[in-house]
Amino acid sequence: MSLAEFFDMGGYAFYVWGSYLVTAVLMLIEVVGVIRRRRTLLDRLGRIHGAAQGAGRSGR
Amino acid sequence: MAPNWFKYASPASFYPLAGRLVPWFGAAAALLTVLGLYLGFFVAPTDYKQGEAYRIIFIHVPAAWMSMFIYLVMAFYAGLGLVFNTRLSAFMARSLAPTGALFTFIALWTGALWGKPMWGAWWVWDARLTSELILLFLYLGYMSLQAAIEDPRRAARASGLLALIGAVNVPIIYFSVQWWNTLHQGASISMSQGSTMAATMLTAMLVMTLAFWMYTIAVVLTRVRCEILERERHSEWVAEIAAREAR
Repeated sequence: MSLAEFFDMGGYAFYVWGSYLVTAVLMLIEVVGVIRRRRTLLDRLGRIHGAAQGAGRSGR
Repeated sequence: MAPNWFKYASPASFYPLAGRLVPWFGAAAALLTVLGLYLGFFVAPTDYKQGEAYRIIFIHVPAAWMSMFIYLVMAFYAGLGLVFNTRLSAFMARSLAPTGALFTFIALWTGALWGKPMWGAWWVWDARLTSELILLFLYLGYMSLQAAIEDPRRAARASGLLALIGAVNVPIIYFSVQWWNTLHQGASISMSQGSTMAATMLTAMLVMTLAFWMYTIAVVLTRVRCEILERERHSEWVAEIAAREAR
């Protein structure tokens, strides 16, 4: 099976890749979304609590 | 057994446990996806009736299964939260909903892209498709109800009730192909008769299902951790984590 044949999916390329691509993109968006949610949350909590504990921390 | 379970039912001890588990489930999801796609595209044979179009099955069926499993797990945690008033179960139920909705949408989307070349229609108002669409609305209704009620305890109670009532829809989806005359094909796998699929096709489908499970657990645990941090933000232990992990 050649590469072109593989991507053609027996003439069903639009349907097969349309399914897989949208699934992959949506799952990626969800993963990036939860990681960002966690990051923003930790930053926000860090500002609140970090300020309360005083500026003792160094680095980043 | 019981003491251990209750230990991790407390958000403060569940948070670090979940944090240790997430990378493992994430890695398992990635590996199983690669394996499942390899089996699905390079090992499983071309279908004699549907040609290559059937390869949509390797995400369509796992996504549809997940959409129903996740709903039942969500309803279970919602019920647990309602009965025992445990906070962690409410977080769990809340965190499962978006991923459940995602898989429901994927099942509908890939179903449309499969239906068009096979049935000649993107969509038909058939019992299987309609009940799956109702499932999507149940997820969305559950999430909007959570968002609409400000008090988290009241939000958990109201949406928990909705989740439990909506659980009736899951067996309807599952048995719809038997109860009604539908365009959607029946199950290719049954508990009593085994499978009517080629072994490699079945293996690929099951590996993809396992990959989706691992993915779901990783994403949902991360979301639960966020819920815990948000609700416990005034506690001492969250303050320590925040001071340590903030940039």
